[in-house]
Amino acid sequence: MMSKKITLNFKIWRQSSPEDKGKFKEYQLEDVSVSMSFLETLDLLNEKLVAQNEEPVAFDHDCREGICGMCGAMVNGEAHGPLKDTTLCQLHMRHFKDQDTLVVEPWRSAGMPVVKDLVVDRSALDRIVSSGGYISAKTGSAPDANATLIDKEKADLAMDAASCIGCGACVAACPNASPMLFVGAKISQLSLLPQGQPESLQRVEDMLDQVDEENFGHCSNTYECEAACPKSISVSNIARANRQSILKSLKG
Amino acid sequence: MNLNSRIPSGPLEQKWSNHKMNLKLVSPSRRSNYTVLVVGTGLAGASAAASLSEMGYNVKSFCIQDSPRRAHSIAAQGGINAAKNYCNDGDSIFRLFYDTIKGGDYRAREANVYRLAELSNNIIDQCVAQGVPFAREYSGYLANRSFGGAQVSRTFYARGQTGQQLLLGAYGALMKEVGRGNIELFSRREMLDLIVDEAVKGITVRNLISGELETHMADAVVLATGGYSNVFFLSTNAMASNVTAAWRAYKKGACFANPCFVQIHPTCMPLEGDTQSKLTLMSESLRNDGRVWVPKRSGDTRNPSEIPEEERDYFLERIYPSFGNLVPRDVAARSMKKQCDEGRGVGEYKMSVYLDFGKAIDKFGKNVIFEKYGNLFDMYDRITGESPFQVPMRIYPAVHYTMGGLWVDYNLMSTIPGLFVLGEANFSDHGANRLGASALMQGLADGYFVAPATVSDYLASVDPIQKDKSSTLAEDSKQKVNQHISTLLKVKGNKTVDYFHKKLGQIMWNHCGIARTPKGLEEGLSLILELKERFWSEVNVLGSAKDLNQSLEKAGRVADFLEYGELMILDAMSRNESCGGHFREDFQTDKGDPLRNDKDFCHASVWEYKDKNQAPSRHQEELLFENVKLSQRSYE
Ligand code: FES
Repeated sequence: MMSKKITLNFKIWRQSSPEDKGKFKEYQLEDVSVSMSFLETLDLLNEKLVAQNEEPVAFDHDCREGICGMCGAMVNGEAHGPLKDTTLCQLHMRHFKDQDTLVVEPWRSAGMPVVKDLVVDRSALDRIVSSGGYISAKTGSAPDANATLIDKEKADLAMDAASCIGCGACVAACPNASPMLFVGAKISQLSLLPQGQPESLQRVEDMLDQVDEENFGHCSNTYECEAACPKSISVSNIARANRQSILKSLKG
Repeated sequence: MNLNSRIPSGPLEQKWSNHKMNLKLVSPSRRSNYTVLVVGTGLAGASAAASLSEMGYNVKSFCIQDSPRRAHSIAAQGGINAAKNYCNDGDSIFRLFYDTIKGGDYRAREANVYRLAELSNNIIDQCVAQGVPFAREYSGYLANRSFGGAQVSRTFYARGQTGQQLLLGAYGALMKEVGRGNIELFSRREMLDLIVDEAVKGITVRNLISGELETHMADAVVLATGGYSNVFFLSTNAMASNVTAAWRAYKKGACFANPCFVQIHPTCMPLEGDTQSKLTLMSESLRNDGRVWVPKRSGDTRNPSEIPEEERDYFLERIYPSFGNLVPRDVAARSMKKQCDEGRGVGEYKMSVYLDFGKAIDKFGKNVIFEKYGNLFDMYDRITGESPFQVPMRIYPAVHYTMGGLWVDYNLMSTIPGLFVLGEANFSDHGANRLGASALMQGLADGYFVAPATVSDYLASVDPIQKDKSSTLAEDSKQKVNQHISTLLKVKGNKTVDYFHKKLGQIMWNHCGIARTPKGLEEGLSLILELKERFWSEVNVLGSAKDLNQSLEKAGRVADFLEYGELMILDAMSRNESCGGHFREDFQTDKGDPLRNDKDFCHASVWEYKDKNQAPSRHQEELLFENVKLSQRSYE
């Protein structure tokens, strides 16, 4: 019943600060139990590094159950690694073979600059939300929750869009570094619901303006984002956001 | 110590509305003169910050992660209770109040819990207005389900991601205020000191990216920094969840209540080795159809399929014939641990029991079972690599929630004037055990509705802080924090921070976990003291204080957990009864049921920090029950 142990060769991006140029460093890690998660493997590596008085690899993580959106890195060129619909924290080592080489690097995008090692600055995504990604319902002003009925179908679609965890994998996977899947998901969720209607067109304009202000590229429909999204958010959300945007430009 | 709970007089149903009438107000034009700091951006923190800002106060919001949206509330799965009675099945505010009080094993304040039940309905309204996509019926009405053994369907949910959706709603409200320039957001900041000069004056935080220490002075501080489950190292909490903010407030004079009350969840992913970093919760609904068993013979290493029926012990069905696999959480958890302790655990590390769907699959067919539990089976498969359709699931209990927290009065104000504590970080609403689907409810009730009213009342009675007078306080605080950090960096031992955290976790789990004994607690206490000493001479924290240094962050948190563990044990030792999440083996019935002692322990234990060399003193807040009759549980 002993779970299998494998040896892995890591090439990990080390960069001490935003100014540092950074480079790959190679590490061999033995005794990796295949029941471990990817982040636990990094923990193990870090324990070893500290024992050798080498600074541990910095990486972002928190919930380790695929919901907070804090973790993420490129593994062999794929955002969150090779397993579909899976965050890095939920990727287990049984999906790798003994002696595999894993190239691990941070999200690469001018809009999400590297802070240290695998840690990047995703505050641009917060700024996009604060530009309009909400419904302005002041505390205390809400009517009874059942006062407005919502089609189950629409509520389900809104829920699909709302599953976005804001990890940034879509930006990292996009050849243009566009955050449109992230933005489209939020716009979709809110515009599908009657409560989100009044602000709908203004919201689209404000959020897209903010996207332009950040260092992000434009969406050219490569759909890499959908393939990389750990929550399988559909690109149809981008189309829905675009329709809202066209509506806005028609109405002026 | 004057523990004035400030429970309003009058009938239970009118306490909150009468109280609100008596609370003082700050006129709209004067509100921007006041600064309120809100630490933490989970349900409680985000909703409080947004609401206070909408009222016109100057609000600064702090979180430890890179974005407020990551706070651990996001991981809550099940749902949120409200007494809407949309299902017309006999629910009411009083019934939700009653269930919560009883679920808490009569160790919470009636007035607080009633208010919580009362506000539950406003929460659902507020969340729907914000665009939270709750589950709906085909008719377009909101859907409800029954949760955690409740006899009514009062739980609202958004798939298995209710916490995520509620948090994103509150986060939206927060970011709206940030975008409008009303809230200043400080992410990647960790609170390391509370500045107090009779009343609260501010906080010192470390910028986790630059390493810089910053002080922020204010007229009131709201702590919404979550619970302390990670004192056990392994828990279902997120990795960064910690007790540091609450602990440092405690050392500045905020009393800590009921630290020994922790909730343990029986259906979690099993332990898979010493590199495991966290435990993942699976819905308890699994026990509706899964049967819990272990091999009768200890040390039986055969595959489960090779163990014939007569050599299996379905111990929950055997010991509790009428409830079987559906005994309450704590009873199931204790029973499971006992089997493993006696050597009948299964799996590579012998730290799990089977949860077998074989019989249910035979009876209802694979499709029906997949309909019901498909997503949970997938989640299990993803983590363990085993399909519950082929091999019985393995489960083990894990620490999930902490009921204890900083003591607060009815206004949610701590023993330090101007310091308010919300959500899991306070002790107020769940007594000795929390009812399912009520953590989210409490976080949002505190943040959206209670704090805005009570913080205003406090501010109305103080003059806005004079910025120039505060600089010495600020400098002082920074210097002390700096010292603490350099001491950690200077130890330069040969053990990692995690080494100590894991050791602490083992001590807490073995000595102050599911079942506690006076002797075990005694031993645990001396082990912790020993470990603490070793920590300060053997820990190795590399890197500097001047940039992003995750080992340093963790070291500070583990140092606090080491001290916190000690307080937990003291509390568990002094509570000579079994109640809720606190089970003392020396207080049980012949049948093994927990034995409460209402005569001597119908109170909250409230601990006051003295100083480094002196034991904390224990105070009591007596609990009065005027609206419910205290009863004992029994599960025969
Ligand atoms: S750590 Fe939260 S999603 Fe991976």
